[in-house]
Amino acid sequence: MKKIMNSEGANGLLLVSPTLLYAFLLLAVPIAAVVTFSFWTQNYLDLDTTFTLDNYRAATEEPIYRILLLRSLNISAIVTVVTVILAFPIAYYISFFVPQNKKARWIFLITVPFWTSYLLRIFLWKVILGYNGVLNSGLKGLGLIEQPLTFILYNMNAVVITLAHAWAPFAILPIYVVLEKIDRSLLEASYDLGENRVITFLRVTFPLALPGIIAAAVIVFIPTIGDYVTPKLVGGPSGLMISNMIQLQFLKANNAPLGATLAILAMISVVLTLAFLWMFGKIFSWVNRNYLGILR
Amino acid sequence: MKSGKLLISFVWLYLIFLYLPVILLPLFAFNTGKIIAFPLQGFGLQWFYELAKIEALHTAVWTSLKIAVITSVLATILGMFASRAATRFSFPGKGPIMGLIMVPLVLPEIIVAVSLIVVLIKVMGLGLSIWTIILGHVLICVPFSIAILNGAFRSLDKSLEEASIDLGETKWTTFRLVTLPLVMPGIISSLLISFVISLDEFIIAFFLTGSEPTLSVYIWGMLRFPARIPAVMALGTIMLVVSLLLLTASEYFRRRGLKRTGVQDTGGFV
Repeated sequence: MKKIMNSEGANGLLLVSPTLLYAFLLLAVPIAAVVTFSFWTQNYLDLDTTFTLDNYRAATEEPIYRILLLRSLNISAIVTVVTVILAFPIAYYISFFVPQNKKARWIFLITVPFWTSYLLRIFLWKVILGYNGVLNSGLKGLGLIEQPLTFILYNMNAVVITLAHAWAPFAILPIYVVLEKIDRSLLEASYDLGENRVITFLRVTFPLALPGIIAAAVIVFIPTIGDYVTPKLVGGPSGLMISNMIQLQFLKANNAPLGATLAILAMISVVLTLAFLWMFGKIFSWVNRNYLGILR
Repeated sequence: MKSGKLLISFVWLYLIFLYLPVILLPLFAFNTGKIIAFPLQGFGLQWFYELAKIEALHTAVWTSLKIAVITSVLATILGMFASRAATRFSFPGKGPIMGLIMVPLVLPEIIVAVSLIVVLIKVMGLGLSIWTIILGHVLICVPFSIAILNGAFRSLDKSLEEASIDLGETKWTTFRLVTLPLVMPGIISSLLISFVISLDEFIIAFFLTGSEPTLSVYIWGMLRFPARIPAVMALGTIMLVVSLLLLTASEYFRRRGLKRTGVQDTGGFV
């Protein structure tokens, strides 16, 4: 008995137990409760605890919920693609062009805007993109446009621009980390063997950076689907997302079970999208390995 | 090199995109005009003076500070347990256990907020207070704390602790006299990061706030009143400066910690 108590495994478990208990009680149990809630219904002030799929029926059949859910997925996907594509050259520049002793300073430079108050950052995008906003008055002052641009506020575009800004460091950092790990002699070998920069990039740098790109995409995709503030402030009616409806059900409509259902569906769609991407990646690399060989 | 030039111009454009809101914030805070638009009216400190007059704001700042301090202490303590266990021991179920603890890092905050409101309010029937917010904030800060402390604990030389045990110290005194001082910079760094995250967090606070709004919930309310916006800009400027000071301090301690344990620096804290 004493031997088990003093074993490494027992020591580790004992040490991790306070944090584990906390995560269990305040994360695992609450999420289980949300799942349970989604099968109940709100009967005015009381909860009806009979098991029912009514909420799921409502959430999938009533167009408003379906539209919001699909739009959230759509916006998150666009934000992810835009953010990662914009982030890659930055990470590449810092890793390959910036001298070693200045890299930490550049990373700091990238993360500073991220520490401005989250609410104010998004509010300032509203100021920038607005009808009489910074961008429009600037472009007008330069004589580039005569009428203010209206396609950049209170719609999906505004949400995409704002979120691409908010999640920039989360995309840059994972890509930067993998680029840093690439053995530079591999690139030299490729040049020595007569390949040019483009081919070297496609066949050496890019495949090695792929895990970081995927990590960046996942880190951006998952939280953006649940963003509440951005669609509320800059989205207008056509840019609202599922979180705005979840908030409405919980805090305004007093229909927690329906809100719980929508939250569960949002999570399920995230998981399904990621599973789909993972499968796609597997199939792509299999096809590539066997038939194409571009990235071999 | 043509492609190199192209890349550098892109980097500059991107930096402008990244810094646009950060530059506008102080610009409007020091602007005497009543509306947030160009052209700027003139330079003045009137919005900072106005901040001093809003009492509800002072209460909100005080509430947020209380929440942030308690959160950072609790998150760092829980982070230390998990990080120490993860870096020193291998134990059954380590992957899933650490996975569960780190999950809030990638979970949309609204899910955390909703699940807490269901359990704390609807199931347990607790009232909303600053403690409900603290419970949520600790949950999202612990993964950050672990990420920082892992670096500190991993770079710790195991033989120093073994030497201490061999020389007759107990496990506890070894931890207090040898381990703790060596990882102290990591602990301070974790406290500061958790503090900043808690101070800025909005969604969880918005869902779980009771009669005492936090600073972010208060700002959210002010954003609806155009007359209040310039003062909010002044407030944001102050918060930005405070966050930057805290982060610089945190980075300083993290680097000093690495130096103390004699490890090469491998990058930023984020």
